Amino acid sequence: MNGNNHIAPQSQSSLTGSVEKFSAKFWEFARTRPLAILCIGVLASMGVVALMSDFVATHDPLAQNAEEILRPPGPEHYFGTDGAGRDIFSRVVHGSRVSLYVGFLAMGMASVVGTFIGTVSAYRGGIFDLIASRVIDVLLGFPFLVLALIMVVAIGSSQTSVAIAIALAQAPQIARLSRATALSIIEEPYLDAARASGADSYRIICRHLLPNSFPPVLTQVAGYFGAAVVAETALSFLGLGVPPPFPSWGRMLQEAVRQYFEVAPWATIFPSLALSLTVVSSALLGDEFRDLLDPRRVLPLRTRSRTTSQSR
Amino acid sequence: MIRLTWRLALIVPTVLAASIVVFVVMRVLPGDVVGIIIGDIPASSEAREALEEELGLNNPLTVQYGRWLWSMVNGEFGGRSLESRDPIRSIIGRQLPVTLMLAGYTVLLSVFVSVPLGVLAAARSGQWPDYVIRGATLGGLALPNLLVALLVILGLLIFFQWSPPIIYSSPWSNPWTHIQMLVWPALILAWEQSSHLVRVTRSSMLTALSQDYVVTARSKGLSERSIILQHGFPNARIPAVTMLGLQFGSLVSGALILETIFGLPGIGRGLVQAALARDYQVVQSLATCLVFLSLIVNLFVDTIYAYIDPRISRDS
Repeated sequence: MNGNNHIAPQSQSSLTGSVEKFSAKFWEFARTRPLAILCIGVLASMGVVALMSDFVATHDPLAQNAEEILRPPGPEHYFGTDGAGRDIFSRVVHGSRVSLYVGFLAMGMASVVGTFIGTVSAYRGGIFDLIASRVIDVLLGFPFLVLALIMVVAIGSSQTSVAIAIALAQAPQIARLSRATALSIIEEPYLDAARASGADSYRIICRHLLPNSFPPVLTQVAGYFGAAVVAETALSFLGLGVPPPFPSWGRMLQEAVRQYFEVAPWATIFPSLALSLTVVSSALLGDEFRDLLDPRRVLPLRTRSRTTSQSR
Repeated sequence: MIRLTWRLALIVPTVLAASIVVFVVMRVLPGDVVGIIIGDIPASSEAREALEEELGLNNPLTVQYGRWLWSMVNGEFGGRSLESRDPIRSIIGRQLPVTLMLAGYTVLLSVFVSVPLGVLAAARSGQWPDYVIRGATLGGLALPNLLVALLVILGLLIFFQWSPPIIYSSPWSNPWTHIQMLVWPALILAWEQSSHLVRVTRSSMLTALSQDYVVTARSKGLSERSIILQHGFPNARIPAVTMLGLQFGSLVSGALILETIFGLPGIGRGLVQAALARDYQVVQSLATCLVFLSLIVNLFVDTIYAYIDPRISRDS
């Protein structure tokens, strides 16, 4: 499937060649999967908004204003104001920073930890593998949110510790995936060759196993990101997530639902829209990536692109 | 029967390991349990010692774990709540039926809705019913149930000036209130669950319908209806059952959120409230119960296999 990224060391000329190959592949991807490009665009612009939120926001997200309580959306406040007179547009914009930060950090940590544990466990084998995979199985038996919840209760609820809790709840899924991949790689002849040429375990794991067991995880990354953002929002909504001064989407929803649900529906609707835009585009992107990897679907796609290039 | 006993025996080490995980997370990671319980209030050292004494924290961890485990087995479920002083056994006795009913309604709804829809989507694959059904599943897969629930409540309020009842009542004392209260969370969870089920049913139906024996059945002149119902469907229901088991964890996660939003006094909401109160004794026991529930459901699904798929031997 991903047969062309097995070889680690490359000379400079073949590196530029692989860059060209990559951009050609990218355009092929963009042509056959416009939906994926749309999702990437949405997520990238969310990322830009999160990074530039100080410039995008029109008001101070924390500034309360007793004279402007629960104003409907209008030219002064694009998304209206909440029960403390805070500008919802600015809060949603700043909230994207919290959500994307937690989502990104959780996804990154879960992928790195999960891939590492899965790969090393597959390589070591024996009692280590037995224990590691039993622990993974047990953790997978936990409902996702229950695991994240007890982690948050245990390690506290700053932005970073919420991310750590979500990452620890996601890591077992990734570990199982990359363990399965690594097990199939261990059977490959080039690993025998590496061993025969005297490579030690460290070199085999770092140069051969990890780079090759990571691509399948990479295709799932978009889905993990969406799940992490949802988990952060859910935890904040339940009151267990990021603490109050930060305007997180989940916290905004919780306040809106508790205090002024029917009086000011905009306080519920706009954070919901921001969340669903993020989550739906990462879910769709994850689907597109999974389709790419699914051998049953890759085949008709290739034949289709071949026939179109022949007809041209 | 032998298979069932063997599976039952295998569940014991898994539950033990799960309880160790919960125990380790709750007691070892934070280091200072008393500090967590007392929280920000500066406490005298006597108060701390009294609390430690009461919780048995001055014992070694293994002894603490052993005591807790024994209390889980003999039905004490870890003693009393630190917050309300209620025995945890009565908390679970009160909350578990609500969660079980929510889960039961959800599973029933999603099975009865998604299996016919999945079969229909496969039978009309590439035509408009297929696209409509797949579009609906996309929403169920991608939209977080938290949002769906909020929008449903908001919509009911704005368009019908109606909101679900706030006080829960059991199906025996006041069935109408019970239904009004549970119908929305069950529907929302069922949308999410059946989206997975529909997709799996549809794709395994399509696989089954492209088999040689279906071609044979067609060439023999069987009606499309009996091909789908007798040759396609029996083979398509097995992956759907697997999905039902795999998705039970996400159902529990959803129950955590929806019980809180709709004010259902179930274990999910109980866990959230205990977590907010830092009532770690209750968190520990309820979390273990939820894990146990998921494991039991998966065991149940595994035994169902043997009855719907004759290729799986019941004895080996």
